[in-house]
Order: sequence, then C-alpha cells, then structure tokens
Amino acid sequence: MNVAGLYNYWIVILLMMTGFYVVISSGNLVKKIIGLNLFQASVFILYISMGKVMNGAVPILREGVTTYSNPLPHVLILTAIVVGVATTALGLALVVRIREAYGSVEEDDIHRQDESL
Amino acid sequence: MISAQLPALQVVVPLLAAPLCLVLHRPFAAWLLTFVVSGISLLVSVALLGQILEQGVIDYAFGGWAAPFGIAYHIDFANAYVLLIVTAISTVVSIFAKRSVASEIEAHSQGLFYTAWLLCLTGLLGITITGDAFNLFVFLEISSLSSYVLIAMGNDRKALTAAYQYLIMGTIGATFILIGIGLLYMLTGTLNMLDMAQRLITVADSRTARTGFAFLTVGLGLKIALFPLHLWLPNAYAYAPSAVSAFLAATATKVAVYVLLRFMFSVFGIDFALGAMPLSTMLVVLGSVAVLSASTVAIFQHNLKRMLAYSSIAQIGYLVLGVSLATPAGLTATLLHLFNHALMKGALFLALGCIAWRLGSVRLGDLGGLGYRMPWTMGVFVIGGLSLIGLPLTAGFISKWYLVLAAVERGWWPVVLIIIAGSLLAVIYVWRVIETAYLGKTKEAVSGTEAPLSMLVPAWLLAIANLYFGMHTELSAGIASQAAMVLFGGQP
Repeated sequence: MNVAGLYNYWIVILLMMTGFYVVISSGNLVKKIIGLNLFQASVFILYISMGKVMNGAVPILREGVTTYSNPLPHVLILTAIVVGVATTALGLALVVRIREAYGSVEEDDIHRQDESL
Repeated sequence: MISAQLPALQVVVPLLAAPLCLVLHRPFAAWLLTFVVSGISLLVSVALLGQILEQGVIDYAFGGWAAPFGIAYHIDFANAYVLLIVTAISTVVSIFAKRSVASEIEAHSQGLFYTAWLLCLTGLLGITITGDAFNLFVFLEISSLSSYVLIAMGNDRKALTAAYQYLIMGTIGATFILIGIGLLYMLTGTLNMLDMAQRLITVADSRTARTGFAFLTVGLGLKIALFPLHLWLPNAYAYAPSAVSAFLAATATKVAVYVLLRFMFSVFGIDFALGAMPLSTMLVVLGSVAVLSASTVAIFQHNLKRMLAYSSIAQIGYLVLGVSLATPAGLTATLLHLFNHALMKGALFLALGCIAWRLGSVRLGDLGGLGYRMPWTMGVFVIGGLSLIGLPLTAGFISKWYLVLAAVERGWWPVVLIIIAGSLLAVIYVWRVIETAYLGKTKEAVSGTEAPLSMLVPAWLLAIANLYFGMHTELSAGIASQAAMVLFGGQP
C-alpha cells in the first residue's frame, strides 16, 4: 500500500478521529464545539485533496496547458466552510444562553441541576 | 409560463420571504407572511403533483445550465408526495402557531421565530425537490440550523440544552453525509443524482462506494432518529415550542427518511443497498428494537410531549421495517405511513399545544378531568391516539394494514408480531392519557375552558384528515404505491 502517497488522507483520518473523540469525551460545551470544528475541518481537507489532478495545473485557462486540477471540490467546500462557521456561531450562541440559564458550561453540572428539580 | 417555473418557486418563495419576515418584525405581520407563504407553497406543490400525474417527471435546470453541470431539480411521484406532506403540515400548523406562539414566545422575538420557520420550510422543501447531492447537503444544513433555533426558543431552559445536543448530533450526522457525498463524487465525478446512479453501476463493487454508502446511511440515521441514534429527539420535541414540535415531528424526520430512500433506491440501486450490503438485516433489527423499546419507554413518560416524541421514534421503526422488506409492497407501506404519521402526530401535538396554551403544562398529572373542560381538544387527542394505535377507520390502521400485508407476503411472521406488539404498547400509553382526562379527578384550582378557535380549527383539520384517509385511501395509498414503483424501478 502506498502509505506516503496517501499523506493527505492520513491527516484527514487523524483530524477526524481527534475531533470526534473531543466531541464525545469532553464534558465542556465549548470544547465540544471546538472538537466539532476539527471534525468538520478534516472533511474540508478531504474535499480539497480530491480536487488535485496528477500533473494538473492551477485551474486558470492558459495557453499550452492541457491538464488542470479540478476546481469544483474547492467551490463545494467553500459552501461547507460557510455552513461550518454558521454552525459554530449558533453553537456558541447556545452555549452563552446555557451559561446565562445554568451558570455553567460543564455538562455534568447542567445535568445535575436538571436532575435536582 | 409560470407553470414551467413551479419547481423553482417551491423553494424560492419561502427563501425570499424569510428575510422579509425579519424586516417586518411585527408579530402579526410576520405570522401573516408565514401563513400566506406556506399556503402558496402548498398550492405550488399541489400544482406540481398535478403536473407529475400528467407527464410523469419534471426536470428543471437552474439558470438554464443543463443537468450534469448545473443544479437540476428532478421531481417524480416520490418527492412530489413528500413536498405535499411538508407544505400541507406547514400551512395547517402555521394557522395554529399564531396564538400558540404569542403565548409561548416574547413579542420581540416572534419575528425571528417566523423567519427561522420559513428558513426551515425552505430547507425541507429544498432537500426534497433537489436532484443534486451537494445541493441536498446545503438545504439539509439550512433546515437543521433553523430547527436548532426554533427548538431553542422553547420557554423551558432545558430547550437550550436540547437544542445544543441536537446541534452536536445533527452536525455530526450532516458531516457524515458530506463525507459520503464527497466519496461518491470522488468515485463518479458528478453530483447529479441521476448521473451518479448511472456511473455507480460500473464502480459499485469498490471500497469507496461501500464506505460512502455507510457514511450516508449512518449520517441519515442520525437525522432520522433511527434507534441507537435517536437520543437527540425526545428532549428536542419535548421542550420546543408547541407549534415547532408539531411542525418538526410531522415533517423533519419524514424528509430525512425520504432522502435515505432516494439514496438507497435511486442512487445506489436496490441490488446494492439491500443486496450487496447487509442493510436489510440491520434495518429489521434496528426497526424492531425501535418499535418495542421506544413504545415501552413512552409508557413511563409523565411529560406528554416527551411521550409522543418516544412514540415518534417507534413510528420511525415501522418506517424502517417497511424499507427492510425490500419489496414494492413494503416500500408502499413506508411511504403511506410517512403521510399518515404526519397526520396523526400533527394532530396529537396540536392537541397538546392547545392543552399547553390553557394549562401551561403538558404533564399527565395536570390533565385530570380535562375531557369535560376541553372536550374539543381532547376529541382531537382521542382521534389522533386511536390513529396512532391503528384502529380501523383511522389513517393509522391503513398504513399498519399495508405493513402487515407486506410482511406476510415476505413470510416474515416475527415482524408481523412486532407490529402488533407495538400497537398494543401504543394502546397502553394512549389509554393512560384518555383515562386521566376522562376518569381522573379535576384539580379545583384550575379553571378555564376550550382553546381559541384559531388553534382548534387546525387541530380538527388534521383529526378529520386522519378519519378521512382512514376511509378513503385512493389519494394517499394511490400516490404512495406510484411513488414506490418509481423508486423501485429506478428512474423512469
């Protein structure tokens, strides 16, 4: 197997698992959002990597160039990045509201307050 | 002229109305706009269904860019049917929303509420109508982000944690879907679903295709709230504003089920999805466990909205069981239950909305004697409850009947038993409510009578629809079987 040639994809998997682990294991609501961000960022790299065409040039029309890299995945992921930013903003806004309501951003703490009611 | 532009109008009208709603800001104006736009969307979806009945399929190329390059909308029986469900529920529930929202949400954020509502509607309609895989992801996120906002507007502080939990799980699900679509794009070099289906035939037997399929299924499983991935749903439905619970319960998971069907049947093809991959077995097991466990948990809930939320998870189980049968009859049952479940859960959540408006609570203990003080509201609940159980002459009976027949046809008797057991469990949790409301002691401190007409009328509309579609199945079952044929035969 071509391990070194799949360099990008190893990074993707590493980032994805790190992010996913943080989302699952962390009890802090802000840290969870950061984990989610890492998780999403790994997918951005997956998309960006797949746009590269072997020996392809920058996708700007020029004379004498016949092979271009595929620009479409980059455009797609631009949209996904915007979605990611919106999700992060909304998530953090919710965390602010949760802190106002519970006085804490720790999951255990919040859970305990709900249970005691 | 305008009839050719209907597919675009279906999505563009609510999308443009959303910022307008934000500018209007005044609660009444925002509500009126939401109601009118939902109504227009309903008319558009009815007109689209009419066109489909005449010509079979509609292909709409956005901006005149032909299909594989531009974004194409592809409408056939299956998505015209789901569009009709979503727009009809949005229209009926938006009538209800006026008084309900006024009592649950502060005046200055009602404009924002209706903006989020319209965005959610846009997203759901976009997911359903589009024929482009990436476009689907974008609409999915539009609907998800706005539904997190809608849920967080509930007046209990638990609504915030519920919305947060949904945001985390929903985003993981959406990202899984994004990975799945990315892998498919790597493999086929196209995002158009029809194109993708054709190119997948030759490359389906590869690890990339299987991984992509797995990511898509798990991601959609989160959105559907398929058992073990359902944890976000009970709190989200229980603490959202009443109108939002009714709207989302009747539409959001339905649309996600539609997307799963679209990918399984139209993109990957039934041979791959249910043959080469062991999905059928998994769906039978997960669907059965969902029906039995969620129904059992529902029996022990004191918050009735939470009870209905668990019942929704059980109903998802029925939908999945229908898919796992891998026959046209099973798929028809699933699509029919999609429609009927929207009607019954809509009616039940609206009835609870009326109760919440009057009592300020939907806890079982507060309902004593309510059947005599709010006879019309409880009437809706009883009809919806009977439909949920699946009593003859209600819509719920029809879909369970189709499902049982489909299971018998395959000779899957254990599945038949599970469906019947699920119905018996439903009898128990519906009966608890009816018993308390009609035979329980009235609390003396509570006074007051019926909910206002603007809330009762939409609730009764859905209740009557439950009875109507329990006796006249030409429309619901007819279109459902056509849609199942379309999905089964691949694209015509």
